[in-house]
Amino acid sequence: MQGVPLIAYLTLGLFLFSVGVVGVVIRRNPIVIFMCIELMLNAVNLTFLAFAKFLPTMTIPGKAPLADAAMSGQMMVIFVMAVAAAEVAVGLGIIMAIFRLRQDIDIDEMNLLRG
Amino acid sequence: MNLPEWLTPNLAIFATIGGVAALAALGVVVLNNAVRSALCLVVCFFMLAFLYFTLNAEMLGILQIVVYTGAIMVLFLFVIMLLNLGPMKSLIQQRDPKMIVGGAMGLALAGMIGAQVLAPLVGVQEPRAPEGFGSPQAVGYSLFSGYLYPFEIASILLMVGIVGSILLAKRRI
Repeated sequence: MQGVPLIAYLTLGLFLFSVGVVGVVIRRNPIVIFMCIELMLNAVNLTFLAFAKFLPTMTIPGKAPLADAAMSGQMMVIFVMAVAAAEVAVGLGIIMAIFRLRQDIDIDEMNLLRG
Repeated sequence: MNLPEWLTPNLAIFATIGGVAALAALGVVVLNNAVRSALCLVVCFFMLAFLYFTLNAEMLGILQIVVYTGAIMVLFLFVIMLLNLGPMKSLIQQRDPKMIVGGAMGLALAGMIGAQVLAPLVGVQEPRAPEGFGSPQAVGYSLFSGYLYPFEIASILLMVGIVGSILLAKRRI
């Protein structure tokens, strides 16, 4: 899509990432905290794709000119999605286990790791 | 109707999609009910998929819809409804200094990254990617040639994740 500068995408990504950080800090529900982590990962994905479209001719010194630098950004997004899927599966499993143990999932009350 | 010079139709489309995405992201953090937060996140992911389409990354836009809004958010909603939290007393957000500190921290983070990273990139206007770089053919060819090794590692990671989550969530093995 012509006419939209790179900075617009980057600003939106920065906003989404900051909202995710704030959500992780201020919320007490671990499921919502997980959602905020997903939000941060998606903000980074958006940034990757924006750079993949706008700056693909940058070369890395010592390497072959990355004619497919536009591809590396997309590959990174695919792997971020894969890692996010695994992370959500394991994280929600942990939340289920803690809920079964304590019947409560308030993140401020969790002190099992304190010893 | 006289639009200002800088407001091209494409920019207006981007502002609409991006604005909805930003509002939905705010809703995830602000709303008290976890189900509402999850639905806001679904809207946000859909809008991000449309933004991927505007970036000519069609394959990843479709993947975003299928993987994130299709699989991950269903998992979230499933767990929320399985735990049946409802408006639990202890999880209602109270006003505490953490909220102010967190908001200030987020603003500071955004200001810092904005000042340091965004400033040199203000002038970049022209996309330089080759035609069709986001098509399924291009992505698939790249994934199965240059990125085959990370692809296999990712499959192992996903399998470990499946086994681990079953181990964690099962009562008796």
